[in-house]
Amino acid sequence: MPINIDINRIRVVIIDKIVHETPTVKTIVFKDRLSSEAKPGQFLMVWIPRGEELPMSVMVPDRKDKNNKDSAALTIRKHGYGSTLLFDKRPGDILGVRGPYGNEFKIGQNKKVLLVGGGTGLVPLMRLARKLNSNKIDTTIIIGARTKEEVFFERMANDLLRDTRHQVIVTTEDGSYGEKGYATDAMARLVDGGKQERSRKNAKFDCVYTCGPELMMKKVYDLAASASLPVQASLERYMKCGIGICSSCCIGDQLVCRDGTIYNERQLSTMAEFGRMYRDKSGRRVPY
Amino acid sequence: MAKSKANSKAGRTTNERTVQPDDPALAVTVAGLHLRNPTMLASGILGISQDIFARLYRAGAGAIVSKSISIEPIEGYRNPTIVSLGSNSYLNAVGLANPGAEAFSKEIAPSRGIPIIVSLVGSSDKEFPPMVQKFDALGNVIGYEVNLSCPHVAKMGMEVGDDPEMVSRIVKAIKAGTRKPVIIKVGIGAADVVKIAKVAKESGADAITAINTIRAMTINIETGMPVLSNRIGGLSGAAIKPAAVRCVYEISKAGIPVIGCGGITTWEDAVEFILAGASAVQIGSAIGNRWIDVFAEIGAGIKKYLERKGMKNVMEISGLAHKY
Repeated sequence: MPINIDINRIRVVIIDKIVHETPTVKTIVFKDRLSSEAKPGQFLMVWIPRGEELPMSVMVPDRKDKNNKDSAALTIRKHGYGSTLLFDKRPGDILGVRGPYGNEFKIGQNKKVLLVGGGTGLVPLMRLARKLNSNKIDTTIIIGARTKEEVFFERMANDLLRDTRHQVIVTTEDGSYGEKGYATDAMARLVDGGKQERSRKNAKFDCVYTCGPELMMKKVYDLAASASLPVQASLERYMKCGIGICSSCCIGDQLVCRDGTIYNERQLSTMAEFGRMYRDKSGRRVPY
Repeated sequence: MAKSKANSKAGRTTNERTVQPDDPALAVTVAGLHLRNPTMLASGILGISQDIFARLYRAGAGAIVSKSISIEPIEGYRNPTIVSLGSNSYLNAVGLANPGAEAFSKEIAPSRGIPIIVSLVGSSDKEFPPMVQKFDALGNVIGYEVNLSCPHVAKMGMEVGDDPEMVSRIVKAIKAGTRKPVIIKVGIGAADVVKIAKVAKESGADAITAINTIRAMTINIETGMPVLSNRIGGLSGAAIKPAAVRCVYEISKAGIPVIGCGGITTWEDAVEFILAGASAVQIGSAIGNRWIDVFAEIGAGIKKYLERKGMKNVMEISGLAHKY
C-alpha cells in the first residue's frame, strides 16, 4: 500500500463478519488499515454500492477475534433507507469507505472521566474506552437504552475497560434492565446534589464525554455546566461530502465534518443551534 | 504534498490567518461591483449559511456566491453526491439542493456587511422575477449570478443554458426586475459557450462566470458500478482548469467581462485566469484540499506576483495574454 494514500478516495472493503447486537443493531467487521487506526470519535463515509453513502463512527473490533489485525467495525441501527441497506448486508459483501475524518476525543490530563452514550452514539465512546483503558484512566460509562432488548455494548464496555478502574451503568427507560430512567437521570445522580465538588482536586470527574441523540447531549451539557464539568460532545448532522465543502452539516459557522465532530463546552456554549435545531436535506433550519 | 497537508488539517479548526484582504493592489471592479479582492466563493460550495459566509469573509474572500437558489426548496439527490477523484478534482451530483428563495432570503437578511451574490436557478424565465423580488431589497445582496449550466439536473441549468432563446428571455426577465448586476454562469454544454455568453451579454447581462462543472462520470471498477447515485454529475477542480482558461480567454476576447471559475487551487492558477481575461476568480473545489485559508493564500500570492511584475493593481494584468 502506498504511504501517501489519499483518504478521500473510496477504498473497497469486504465484510468479514457480522455481529447481532440487538434485533435492530448489528456490528459489521472488515479489514482496512486506515479505518483500524481511526482515533476515538473519528468517522468514515461508508458507501453502500448503488444504495447510499453514510457518515459512521468507527467501532472497535472484538479483541478476542483471531486475525483482527487491521480490522475495523461499524455498528448500525436500522431505521431508514440507507441504514437498512447496510443492516441487511452479509459477510462477503462489498462496501466502500473513505476517511477517517474529523477530530478526536481528547484525554489530556484527565484522570477520572464519565462517558454518557445512547444508542449507536456509544460507538465512538467504545473506541475512547479502549484508549482510556490503555491510559489507565478511571472510567464510568452510562449506557442508555429504551428497553432491555435494546441494550448493547455492556459486555464490550466491561471488556474494553478491563485493565482500569471502571463502572458500567445501564439505564432503560422502562426499567426492564439496570437503572430505570434516562442515561441523563443516572448522570444527574452522579454529578448533582453538591456531590460534584467545585474544586477539581476533589471532583468526582474531570470530564464528561458524550455521544447520542442531540437532546440527550444537550441535557448532558446542561448537567455538566451546572456542576462546572468540562464536556466533549460528538455532534451529528446530515452530511454529503465529509470534507468541508458542501455545507450540509453546518451548525453556526462550524462544519461538523471538518471542524468537529467533537466540541467542548466552550464551543457548545456559543452554538445557538445545539440542542435546538438542525438543517434538513435542503438546508432549511428545523427545530428539534 | 498538498494532499497530505490537507489530510492532517482535516477535522481541526484551523488557525485561519489574519490577512489584509482589503489591500488596494487587490481591489477589482467587475460587472460594476467594487470588490476588495478578486477571490470569490464559487456557487455550490459552502453556500447556505450566513454564519459560514461570515467566516469565509473573515478568511479573506472578496465576495460570496450562494448555492443556486430555486423558487421552491430542493432536497437534492441521495448520497453519494460528491466523489473525490484525487489530484484536486471532484465529481458531484448534489442535485441543486437548496432551502428555496423564501428560507434563504431570511437566512441572509441579517446583513453583517458581507457582500453576497445570490445564485439563482430555474426552469423558465417565469421563475426568476419572483425570486429577485425576495432578495432585491436586501442591501447585502450586491448582485445575481444565474446558473444556466449545472450539468446534472433535468430541465434546469445546462438544459436551459443550451437554448439561446431561453437564455435571452431569462436575462431580460431578471434585468427587468432589478438594477443590480446580473452575471450569467455558463459551461461547456452542447451549445458553443462563447455564443451563449454573447447572447447573454446582448440581452443585458453585466458579466459572465465561466465555467460550471463539466458533465462527467466515474465507475468503481471493483463493483462495476457508477459511484454517484445520479450516475452522471459535474466534474470540478484541477481536471477542468485548462478548459476553463480557454473559455475565459475566448469570452473575454469577445469583449465580455468575465469571472473565471474552474479548478483554481493556487495563486498561480488565479493569475493564469486573470491573464486570460478574468476580472475576478471563483474558488470552490480547492477548499476541499486547501481549506478556508485558500482565499488568503491566493490573495497574498497575487499581491507578491504584482510586486514582482511592477504592477500597482491586479486589474492591470487582466487579459494581458490576449496580445500574444
